[in-house]
Amino acid sequence: MSLLQVDNVTKRFGSLVAVNAVSMMVEPGELRAVIGPNGAGKTTFFNLISGFTTPTSGRIIFDGKDVTKLLPARRVWRGMARTFQITEVFPELNVFENLQIAVEIAAGFRLRIRLKADEIGKVRARTGELLEMSGLAGKSDRLVGELSHGDQRATEIMMALALNPRLLLLDEPTAGMGDQETYDITQLIRTLHRDQKLTMVLIEHDMRVVFHLADRIMVLAEGSLLAEGTPEQIAANEAVQAAYLGKAAA
Amino acid sequence: MDKRTQDYGKYAGAIVIWLLLLSMPLWINQVGGYTQLGTRVVVMALAAMALNFLLGYTGVLSFGHAAYFGLGVYGAGLTIKFLLPSTFAGMAVGVLTALVAAAVIGILIVHLRGIYFAMVTIAFGQVFYFIAFRWNNVTGGDDGLSNWGRLPIDFGLAKLDIQHSPVMFYYFVLFFFAVSVAIMAALLRSPFGRTLLAIRENERRTRFLGVPVDRHIYLSWLISCTFVGLAGTLYGLLNNFADPHDLHWSQSGDFVIMAVLGGMRSFWGPLIGAAIFVVLQDYVSTMTQNWMSFIGLFFVLVVLFFPRGVLGILRRKAAS
Repeated sequence: MSLLQVDNVTKRFGSLVAVNAVSMMVEPGELRAVIGPNGAGKTTFFNLISGFTTPTSGRIIFDGKDVTKLLPARRVWRGMARTFQITEVFPELNVFENLQIAVEIAAGFRLRIRLKADEIGKVRARTGELLEMSGLAGKSDRLVGELSHGDQRATEIMMALALNPRLLLLDEPTAGMGDQETYDITQLIRTLHRDQKLTMVLIEHDMRVVFHLADRIMVLAEGSLLAEGTPEQIAANEAVQAAYLGKAAA
Repeated sequence: MDKRTQDYGKYAGAIVIWLLLLSMPLWINQVGGYTQLGTRVVVMALAAMALNFLLGYTGVLSFGHAAYFGLGVYGAGLTIKFLLPSTFAGMAVGVLTALVAAAVIGILIVHLRGIYFAMVTIAFGQVFYFIAFRWNNVTGGDDGLSNWGRLPIDFGLAKLDIQHSPVMFYYFVLFFFAVSVAIMAALLRSPFGRTLLAIRENERRTRFLGVPVDRHIYLSWLISCTFVGLAGTLYGLLNNFADPHDLHWSQSGDFVIMAVLGGMRSFWGPLIGAAIFVVLQDYVSTMTQNWMSFIGLFFVLVVLFFPRGVLGILRRKAAS
């Protein structure tokens, strides 16, 4: 069974049709990339999946349950986590605290006034684990707002990961990054995909990243589904070349 | 400065503050003050720190906290005057009134953000102000509610004469201040407190970590308003009087000024702000009616040049 099933969703803003009858199936363990020229409706499509906005019509089914009308927090409880195109972190807290908060919330401690010693131990251990994985262990007491763009993005991905999601949505994880940072983030995503078998959907502009990482690619153009397939199929697709790759090459 | 020195600095600061507060009656006369002035500082500090629980640690600006402060004042006053001549009964009713009002109003406004939230808190606050101002038979209208006051507390074995001994009353107030501050500090250090910080830092991120943000803001609002209500009851007992101005939006503004002046990102900042505000008000108002313009000038200078407040300046000095 598909983990995520997007069924014919449309989103209108007034007369603008941002997403037009798009469907998508994501299998467990899959890494799906969503690409398309600017204004293709990628971010809106993402917002519909994560509950930031609700679709005008169509359904979103996650893990067999209809989540179309659910608030973002409730989708998170069911195992959906996301990052944003503009990194959303806690800038005036340090890296450790950023991750600690996410870990505590994930553990269901958000209303707790006190933690038992073993619970504190578990939170520490999990936070430490995420710090290691992110490669930010040496910077754990630095304020996140003072970190490089790449490190902030890594922090954000780790915060999403702290939730133990079954589906991770990444909105342009390498946007605005230099080559080294892009490489580091790509490695991180690849590790998550390979080692943890995490299901991911990502929007990405950097074609190197997309063709390097994705199992399947979905192309949006002007709000509609243009093509879908393996990286090889997409690279060979003439409609895609015309609408997107062709334009970029020209 | 590494984290450990920073922590020691925080402890040292807290110890100095507590020593100063505990010994206040011993030195306040030497510096030209009087015990009631010290009591006023502590009461206002409690109100400002309670406001800052919401403002500085949840990132939500209320411009209507005087409503809950004033409900504390009137709740205590009306109870002692008409229902039951007991200091504790007055305080209990005052705090509960503030809590109930905050619970009802909170439901209506908690989904609002930023300037909209601030405006609506003013509007609801003014409702209470006008009730107190107009309802002459009960509240005394614009003359205020007088002919009531704090009463000695009889514990059976010992009697606490807070009525006639200003020093005794000071320690009575300081006790409630200490308990409230300890509770707020403990809450802020808990996982729940960290979700509030998270909301302040980035509401969107917090929501997408699975936190029902409105519910957490609601809880923070209730906690904040309850302690402001407690400060109100103590303020009424200090003055033996309830003034409709205690409910006025300009009083809410004063709380915000105290918090920002002292430093709203620091736990003790609002205490420093309240001390500066109350003392300046006391000294300057003996010289000129326009004492508020001095506070205003000072406030503008602090906000322009030291956006982290007075305590922020001290911290930066310590760090360099």
